[in-house]
Amino acid sequence: MDGTINGSLNLIGYGLSAIGPGVGIGLIFAAYINGVARQPEARGMLQSIAILGFALAEALAIFGLVLAFVLK
Amino acid sequence: MSLNVLGSLATADGGGFQAPTAGEFYQPLLFDGPFAITRPAVVLLLSVGLIAWWLIASTKEAAIVPGKRQWVTEGAYGFVRNGIARDIIGSKDFLRFVPLLFSIFMLILVNNLFGVIPPVQYPTMSRVGIPVALTLVVYVTYHYIGIKRVGLLAYFKNLVPPGLPSWIRPAIFVLEVITFFVTRPLTLALRLFGNMFAGHLLLLLFITGGEYLMTTGGLGLKLAGAGSFGMAFLLTVFEILIEFLQAYIFTLLAAMYIAGSLADEH
Repeated sequence: MDGTINGSLNLIGYGLSAIGPGVGIGLIFAAYINGVARQPEARGMLQSIAILGFALAEALAIFGLVLAFVLK
Repeated sequence: MSLNVLGSLATADGGGFQAPTAGEFYQPLLFDGPFAITRPAVVLLLSVGLIAWWLIASTKEAAIVPGKRQWVTEGAYGFVRNGIARDIIGSKDFLRFVPLLFSIFMLILVNNLFGVIPPVQYPTMSRVGIPVALTLVVYVTYHYIGIKRVGLLAYFKNLVPPGLPSWIRPAIFVLEVITFFVTRPLTLALRLFGNMFAGHLLLLLFITGGEYLMTTGGLGLKLAGAGSFGMAFLLTVFEILIEFLQAYIFTLLAAMYIAGSLADEH
């Protein structure tokens, strides 16, 4: 044990890039839950918008993960 | 969990644990190099044959009161036709695009599900070329529709919504061009590819790691290996959900881009 840290900087980059989408997805589903709580009949309509927003926000986290593996 | 554990793992078995890398995804069956016939190519052909056979066989004697197979096929078709195409594109001219959207949906869904079905277990969408090919089809479609509707010049003029102050128009125009021509196809392809690639890599990691932990190491590590297998099981269930979701999202976004090109005003 000589005190050096081995590994790749990619993972730190991925960790930092996952903060934003995490917060974003939380906000999206918080809004969805609020909407359904106020008006349960709107559940179907809001569900497709929520799923769409989730996929768009998660895309950024996925970019970070993929680039962390692919770039050397 | 201390560094001693990792030290004992490293010296236990030759080179230690080799974590799965992106190179694991390249599995040539015949030949080698850029024209190799690889496993995802064979799986893709298999999936197309399977989908074609199922669709033809389940709708051959189409009855008003459907049998089981016909009901399943009609359920899937109705989901894409009504839930995606009609709701997004509108009931006026959505029928033209239902074949495209249904084909995309079934292809992505079956290929994704192949990632967890035992004899196959290779998600073909984890090789970036295949989502890129699907995205190219959608990309050419929505641009061609938009240009055919209003002509090339008006298509570019419509990118900027009307009623904006004139000093901001160039910035919005540049932004919209980048969105339409770069961001949309890029994110569409990379979203599908990234999800499938990351999911498969996670499963590989937990399963090979669990196997390594169970075969080399003391009792505590063997229990950790069992935990790793349990995690792999949970991740497989999660992966199935993600696969459905990604097929749905790809088709939904393709429908939204087509609907955007067909819209009367921007």
